Amino acid sequence: MDKEKDWPLWEIFIRSRAGLNHKHVGSLHAADADMAIENARDVYTRRNEGISIWVVESKHITASNPEDSESLFEPADNKIYRHPTFYNLPDEVKHM
Amino acid sequence: MTTETSMLDKFEEKIRKEIKIEPRDWMPEKYRKTLVRQISQHAHSEIVGMLPEGNWITRAPSMRRKVALLAKVQDEAGHGLYLYSAAETLGTTRKEMTDDLHTGKAKYSSIFNYPSLTWADIGAIGWLVDGAAIMNQVMLCRTSYGPYARAMVRICKEESFHQRQGYEIMLTLARGSEEQKAMAQDALNRWWWPSLMMFGPPDHESKHTAQSMAWKIKRKTNDELRQQFVDATVPQAKLIGLKIPDSDLKWNEEKGSYDFGEIDWDEFWNVVKGNGPCNKERLNARVKASEKGQWVREAAAAFAEKQNQRKAKKEQVA
Amino acid sequence: MQSYTKYSPELEYVLRIADNSLIMGHRVSEWCGHGPVLEQDIALTNIALDLLGQSRMYLQYAAELMGGEETEDSLAFLRDAMQFRNCLLVERPNGDFAHTMVRSFLFDSFHYFFTKELLNSSDKRLKDIAEKSLKEITYHRKFSAEWTIRLGDGTEESHNRMQNAVDELWPYKGELTHPDSLDKKMAKKGVGVDLKKIEPMVGEFVGQIMDRAGLKTPQDVYMHRGGKEGTHSEHLGFILAEMQFMQRAYPGQKW
Repeated sequence: MDKEKDWPLWEIFIRSRAGLNHKHVGSLHAADADMAIENARDVYTRRNEGISIWVVESKHITASNPEDSESLFEPADNKIYRHPTFYNLPDEVKHM
Repeated sequence: MTTETSMLDKFEEKIRKEIKIEPRDWMPEKYRKTLVRQISQHAHSEIVGMLPEGNWITRAPSMRRKVALLAKVQDEAGHGLYLYSAAETLGTTRKEMTDDLHTGKAKYSSIFNYPSLTWADIGAIGWLVDGAAIMNQVMLCRTSYGPYARAMVRICKEESFHQRQGYEIMLTLARGSEEQKAMAQDALNRWWWPSLMMFGPPDHESKHTAQSMAWKIKRKTNDELRQQFVDATVPQAKLIGLKIPDSDLKWNEEKGSYDFGEIDWDEFWNVVKGNGPCNKERLNARVKASEKGQWVREAAAAFAEKQNQRKAKKEQVA
Repeated sequence: MQSYTKYSPELEYVLRIADNSLIMGHRVSEWCGHGPVLEQDIALTNIALDLLGQSRMYLQYAAELMGGEETEDSLAFLRDAMQFRNCLLVERPNGDFAHTMVRSFLFDSFHYFFTKELLNSSDKRLKDIAEKSLKEITYHRKFSAEWTIRLGDGTEESHNRMQNAVDELWPYKGELTHPDSLDKKMAKKGVGVDLKKIEPMVGEFVGQIMDRAGLKTPQDVYMHRGGKEGTHSEHLGFILAEMQFMQRAYPGQKW
């Protein structure tokens, strides 16, 4: 059709309650950052889902490559000494 | 070596193990295409679906009904947006999808090509059309593509008030005056069969079902979902004293579900092909909104660009 | 239905506020499904929902003041045009998006300072409703002001459309802050808002935004009035024909 382009795509992150991380909830289109925040408010917090919003233009996100996931994430699998259950303590020590 | 075959094996193993496929994962081209087609079609349905109900926002009979309807139609817009977003993760733009809608290349649910003639239609749409949609959407919460499944979870959460809203309208009418009862029955008569058609052609004629089931895009067949809908809805109609317009409808003890009459598939295909009562109006309304909005979208983009330049200039000076 | 020929001053005043939100909400709700972009469709509907919600609180209060069988619904759906008390601006048709935004911008600018002043009302009920509404209205004002700037300073076409809308809607701005005898009476009683007090605030805010938008303020414009007293434009009749259709076609039924 015509040459008109969509407004840029923004990824939306919402903090649902004080004390929690911002979490990715989806995306939307907006001409600028201010509009993206307002749109996110109207689209993603209609039912009190949020108290804080981050917007990031999608093109600025760098993601890990799924093909690298074995080399990136599996080496952590065999480092069981990083977890507390690796260490044996007498039963008398109840909480540590 | 990562050949096409080993990628496909890996993909299929994930599907088997119920591991969700994510945007950057390798996927067969046909899986991607099927998803784009299905998700965008689903999104278009939400957006076109705003029209028959939106029709009645300015005529709703009470303030309570008015705000409920307005909030509901707004939710449909939101759901369309979540779905467009999910489809965009597959590398297609919103513009491409809406262009396909406006040129008639992409389809949307045929149910929205039927007119909403009386207030009772708002009840019937909420009760039957949303009821049928929910059957489909609950299933899709477990679909194999991550962004689609997550959009559906969000949608299902929000949809929960929609069907109640519609059923409550029908209930009020059914318990009201004679003319209100007649209005409710008339709406049920007109919306019942198109609602059954919403699940799509019967399994043996559905060209996409087998592959979609194998890839776990769909988890239930058209006929399974249709049966589930009939079984859930018939008792609801009885409860409010309305009659389902199907003389073949009866309880089948043996299979533990309802038998129901033959669907008029000629009508279905006719409406799909563009000959429904409102196909032209619905599409025109969308095209018009888009055309009339073009200068707004362009102006906002131009303003954003100016602001960026002003900011860059300021930073340069500083 | 009671005869509306004689409203008490309090009732009349509450209806003015209620009807502004009701008719404005009705107009904005007409956009639902037809917005210029999906995200703005949702935004406009949120604003319509806020306005209709406000009108319900005010109408419920008005119904209580009237007593008897009156409800928010009898007031919204069973009064005729001359019994409505909204200002003329809010019944102007949506037109293009520029008209809708300028109408919102002018109304929201007034509505914000009006509601803020209403927080000082000696009428506890009005004060409570104002408190609930002010956060919404603060957002409306931000939204319509931003869009006024964006479109005023966007493209040549958007600028021209905005200036055209400003020129057409400006004559309906005066009524908002022009006090008539009832406004003066209610302000004096401590119930209502002193419009003379908020007029410069509204003017200053509107002027600032118009400047940033690069829009020219029309000079020496004749200001239309009458809505507040019940003399409306032809548009209101059509709004009511649509809005009241069900209650008129099926009198006395529950929905």
